[in-house]
Amino acid sequence: MEATDISWWSVVIAVFGGAIRLSTPYLFVSLGETLTEKSGRVNLGLEGVLVMGAMSGYATAVLTSEPWLGVLVAGCSGALLSLIHAVVCTLPRVNDIAVGIAVFIFGTGLAFFLGKPFINPSAPRLPDIELGWWSTSPQVQSALQINMLFVIGFLLALFLAWALKSTRWGLVLRTVGDSEEAADALGYNIPRVRMIGTVSGGFLAGVGGSYLSLYFPGTWNEGLSSGQGLMAVALVIFARWDPVRCFYASLLFGGATALGPALQTVGITSNYYLYGAAPYFLTLAVLIYSSSPNKALEGAPGEVSINR
Amino acid sequence: MTSTGFLSSAEAVTINVTAFLITLALFGVYVAALGHNPWDVYYVLYLGSFARQISVESTLTNAAPLMLTALCTAIPARAGLLVIGGEGALVVGGVATVLAGVMLVDAPFLLGVAAMGAAGALAGGLWIAFAGVLRQYRGVNETISSLLLNYIAIAVMYHLITGPMRDWDRVLKTSSWSIPDTLRVAELPFIDVHWGLAAGVVTCLLLYILMRHTTLGFSVDVLGGNPRAAQMVGLPINRMVLLCCFLGGAAAGLAGSFEVMAVHGFASESLAVGFGYAGILVAFLSRQNPAAIIVLAILLGGITASGGLLQRRFDLPDATTQVLQGLLFMVVLASNAAYGRLSVFQPARWRTV
Repeated sequence: MEATDISWWSVVIAVFGGAIRLSTPYLFVSLGETLTEKSGRVNLGLEGVLVMGAMSGYATAVLTSEPWLGVLVAGCSGALLSLIHAVVCTLPRVNDIAVGIAVFIFGTGLAFFLGKPFINPSAPRLPDIELGWWSTSPQVQSALQINMLFVIGFLLALFLAWALKSTRWGLVLRTVGDSEEAADALGYNIPRVRMIGTVSGGFLAGVGGSYLSLYFPGTWNEGLSSGQGLMAVALVIFARWDPVRCFYASLLFGGATALGPALQTVGITSNYYLYGAAPYFLTLAVLIYSSSPNKALEGAPGEVSINR
Repeated sequence: MTSTGFLSSAEAVTINVTAFLITLALFGVYVAALGHNPWDVYYVLYLGSFARQISVESTLTNAAPLMLTALCTAIPARAGLLVIGGEGALVVGGVATVLAGVMLVDAPFLLGVAAMGAAGALAGGLWIAFAGVLRQYRGVNETISSLLLNYIAIAVMYHLITGPMRDWDRVLKTSSWSIPDTLRVAELPFIDVHWGLAAGVVTCLLLYILMRHTTLGFSVDVLGGNPRAAQMVGLPINRMVLLCCFLGGAAAGLAGSFEVMAVHGFASESLAVGFGYAGILVAFLSRQNPAAIIVLAILLGGITASGGLLQRRFDLPDATTQVLQGLLFMVVLASNAAYGRLSVFQPARWRTV
C-alpha cells in the first residue's frame, strides 16, 4: 500500500518536473506564433522551423563546441525559413495556411537532409541551474534542474506582454493584425510589419528547437519533434494570444507530454502509446473547449484567417 | 468545352508546368551547391520514375494511394475547408480493413474485399467527418484539428499493433494480425501494379463527375466560393460540409485498405510513410480538381519512386525527395499569384495588348 503511494507521488513529481523540462519548446514556439498572429498572419510551418532550429543548433554546437552559439544559429535559421513564408505570403491570392504547410514539409525535409551527418556525433549540452538544493530527494532535485532557456522564455513572455500592450511598436503590430484598413489609413507599411512579425516569430521558434537538441532530450535525430511546433500553434488559440497565458499553457502541455514516460518509470507500460498521445488529445480538447461557433474569439487579431 | 473553359485549363497547365520547371531549376541549384551535377540528378530522377517499365510500375504503385489521399484535401477544399488529415484517415482505414479481414476469414473473395474496402472507407470517412463536425458545430479550425487527428490515428495504431491486435508470431516486425491470404488483392492484368491504381482512377473520375456535373457539386462550389450566398439561398451547409469531409476521408481510408489488401497484408508503421502529406501537395497542384489529381499523383509518385535510386547513385539522404516536394509546394503556391495576369489567357485584354 505504502509502496503504491510512493510511486504515485513520484509520478506527480515526474510530471511536475516534466512540465518545467518539456514546456520550453512549447513556450518559445507559442510566443513566436503569438507575434506572427498579432501581425495578422498564421504560420503553420513553425513545426518545420522548430525541427530546422533543432538541427542547425545541434550542428553548430558539434562543430564549434559552443552550445549558446548553437542557440543563436538555430534562431537565425528559423528566421530565414520564416522569411520564405513571409515573402510568399505577400504575393496576391496566396493562402498563408497553405504556405505554412509547405514550410512545414520543406523545413523538416531540409533539416533531415542537412542533419544526416549529425545524427551520431554528440554536442555539448546547455548548462543547468540547480534549484533543488534545499531538498534531499534526488527526484525533487532532478525535477528542479532548470535550464537557462526556460528562465529566458519566462522573462520573454513578461516582456512581450508589456511590449505588445504598452509600446508604440506593439501598437503598430496589433493595428496591422486587427484591421488592414485602419493600418492603411494610418500609413503603416503592412507587408513590412507582417514580415517583421513573422521573421521574429520564426527566430523564437528556432530557439525553441535548439532546446530540444541541445538540452532535452539533448540529441539530434529525425524523431526529435513529435508535433510540438504544431501543438504550440493550437496552444496560442487556447492562450487567447496572450504571452503570459502562453507560459501557463506551455507548462500544462509540458506536463501532459511527461505523463507517458512518468508512468513508464513506475512500471505502467501498458497503453504507453495512448498516454504518449495525451498532448494531442489535450490540444484537441482545449481547442474544442476554447473555440466558439458563433463569435470571434476574445483577444483574436481581426485579420487572422484561422479564426473564422 | 467552352473557349473560356479551355483558356482557363490552358492557363492552369502553363502556370503549373512553369512552376515545375522553376522548382527543378531551384532543386538543381541546391544539389549543385552540394557538389553534384544537376543534369545527372535530373537524369536519375527520370530514370527512377518513368524510363523503364519497372520504374513506371513503381511510380504507379506510389501514385495509387496519392490519388486517394489527395481527394481527402481536394473534396473538402471545394466546400472551403483546408483539411490535411489524409495521413490519419489512411491509417485508420488500414486498421479497419485488418479488423474486417480477420472477421471474414471464410468469406468469398469479392464479398470479402468489398467489405474490407467499405470498412476502410467508412473509418476514414468518419475520421475526417469528425473534423468537419468540430468545425461546423464548435468553430474549431479544421486544418489544426485534422493534423492533430493524424498524430492521434498513428498513436492509436501503434497502441493496437503493439498490444490488442499484435501478431506475436511475427518476430522481425511489429505488426497487426494479417488478413487471410485468400482475401489478398492481386496485381492488375498486363502490368505489375495492384488494383488500388484502378480504384484510385475510378474514384477520382466519379468524384469529378459528382463535383462538376451534378446539382450537389454545383451547390458545393457555391458554398466554397461564397459561404454567405450559400446561406442566403438556403443550402444545407452543415450537411454539405460533412458530406465533403466524409467523401474525402473515405477516399483516404480506401487508400489504407489497398495498402493493407494489396501491399502489406497487415497494419504496421509502414502505413504512415507520408502518403497523406504528399497527397496534400497533389491536391494543391491539381487546384483541387479530382480529374487533374490522376495526372499529378502520377508525377508525384514518380518523384517518390526515384528517391531510392537518388539515394544509391549519389549517396543523398532519403529526405531528398521531401526537399523537392516542399520546394515544389512552395513554388506552386507562389504561382497562384500569376493567375489572371497573363494577358494571353484573358480574351478581354487581347485587343489592348
